[in-house]
Amino acid sequence: MNNKHEKIETNVGLFVIFTIMAISIGGLVEITPLFFQKETQTPIDNLKPYTALQMEGRDIYIREGCHVCHSQMIRPFRAETERYGHYSVAGEQVWEHPFLWGSKRTGPDLARVGGRYSDDWHRVHLIDPRAVVPESNMPSFKWLEENTLDGELTEKKLSTFNFLTRNRSHKDENGKAIPLYSAEDLAGAKEAVKGKSEMDALIAYLQSLGHALK
Amino acid sequence: MSSFWNIWVWTLTLGTLVGCFLLLRWCLKDYTGVKEGESMGHSFDGIEELNNPLPRWWSTFFLLTIIWAFGYLALYGLGGWPGLLGWKSSNQGIMNIAESKAKTAEHLKEGSNVLVQYDREVRDADAKYAPIFDAYAARSIEDLATDEGALKVGQRLFLHNCSQCHGSDARGTTGFPNLTDKDWLYGGSPETIKETILNGRKAVGMMAWAPAIGGEQGVKEVAAYVISLSGRSVSPELAEAGKAKFGLCAGCHGQDGKGSLAMGTPMGAPNLTDHIWLYGGSQKAIEESIRNGRAGVMPPWKDILGEEKVHVISAYVYSLSQEK
Repeated sequence: MNNKHEKIETNVGLFVIFTIMAISIGGLVEITPLFFQKETQTPIDNLKPYTALQMEGRDIYIREGCHVCHSQMIRPFRAETERYGHYSVAGEQVWEHPFLWGSKRTGPDLARVGGRYSDDWHRVHLIDPRAVVPESNMPSFKWLEENTLDGELTEKKLSTFNFLTRNRSHKDENGKAIPLYSAEDLAGAKEAVKGKSEMDALIAYLQSLGHALK
Repeated sequence: MSSFWNIWVWTLTLGTLVGCFLLLRWCLKDYTGVKEGESMGHSFDGIEELNNPLPRWWSTFFLLTIIWAFGYLALYGLGGWPGLLGWKSSNQGIMNIAESKAKTAEHLKEGSNVLVQYDREVRDADAKYAPIFDAYAARSIEDLATDEGALKVGQRLFLHNCSQCHGSDARGTTGFPNLTDKDWLYGGSPETIKETILNGRKAVGMMAWAPAIGGEQGVKEVAAYVISLSGRSVSPELAEAGKAKFGLCAGCHGQDGKGSLAMGTPMGAPNLTDHIWLYGGSQKAIEESIRNGRAGVMPPWKDILGEEKVHVISAYVYSLSQEK
């Protein structure tokens, strides 16, 4: 008997190796090259790093799971750009760790929500969404108003981002990389957020979104 | 795309397709030495493995998908090669809005060999809708406010973009003005409404007055006087004391409390003599406003909506406070 496929069928290790090879090809072709493309490595002209307060707000956005119901990715369809503004491009996201694109829209996309509503509106809306949007099913986040930031970790967070984006920051005239945060920014980080409420931080973050391509 | 990654993508993609084809061909050959339909000598739980070939329809479809893949790659490209159609979903790699617009214009030009799906979609929609908005833009806001069609368009735009603050009935809520009455912070003429929507408004802002007017007692006094302005009854002593301190408020609200608009300055300080209260008219709410201050902000919409749409929304908003 000369049954060649019996070789893989009776050898689990070999079978696993072939399976991994087969399913990795799609990722190797479609994902790996993206880590090395100019489009995904170069920040767009007006991209600005988050301030200390916005960075804290971003962490609250992650902690509260905002990205579970809100995407930050405007797809290139007219129906989306009419409502949200210019479609998202890779160059806006080169400093994001992790990406907060989300994959589901229970609420609207927030990629360009910055400047669209007033700070007051965000405050009212986060405390009681139904006060301004009666049909909203967003939960209330009123405790954000009560929690105060101490800024203990803010400097560390900023310097971590300096490290993560070291090869992808803006360049000066001589082509030298400008770190996202200067020594001064880092030194003032704690002072910049201390005593502010989590609500202030989250609103600052939301208001910073999407201005780079507006 | 650098040549390394180009080669990477081409090799892996084409290698996989060829590999699939070879695998299929290998599986179609009978190496077993067992006659077709007879036992392979392997049985388990009464189920016996027979030597049957792959179904013809299945292997045919497998082959067709491989052929399809080559056709697809030829049309839509591979790696750095754009393909015969030159198709792209959008213009990635742009550095700013100006570049985005330039790329769009370049790709929509006659004879361009790049087909950007998004740009074409917008062009086709513009061809359909631009004449409508152009026609509206040529007419005055007062005129549009009597045009049912224009108002319908305006209402749709309002519901999508303005109702989040002003409410779907435009009657506003605490902190966000009602647009259906005749009480305006910055003015209700058609041109002023349009100006407000285009460029937004930032109230000069009311500061937290408690420290300057003598703490809680001062807040109570001024609140009493403010309440008396709209004809409600209050303790006369408190109101009298409040009146003495109202001079500080007069800079924005006017000596008579009729608001900054009555003084001809668009500062956003409301009229205190009517029964319309942006932040609530209860004693508690008024005291709160005096104690901690207020500052309303209307965001600018020029860049988000563009002037032509704002023109139509202005007509809708203007129509809301007009007698029908």
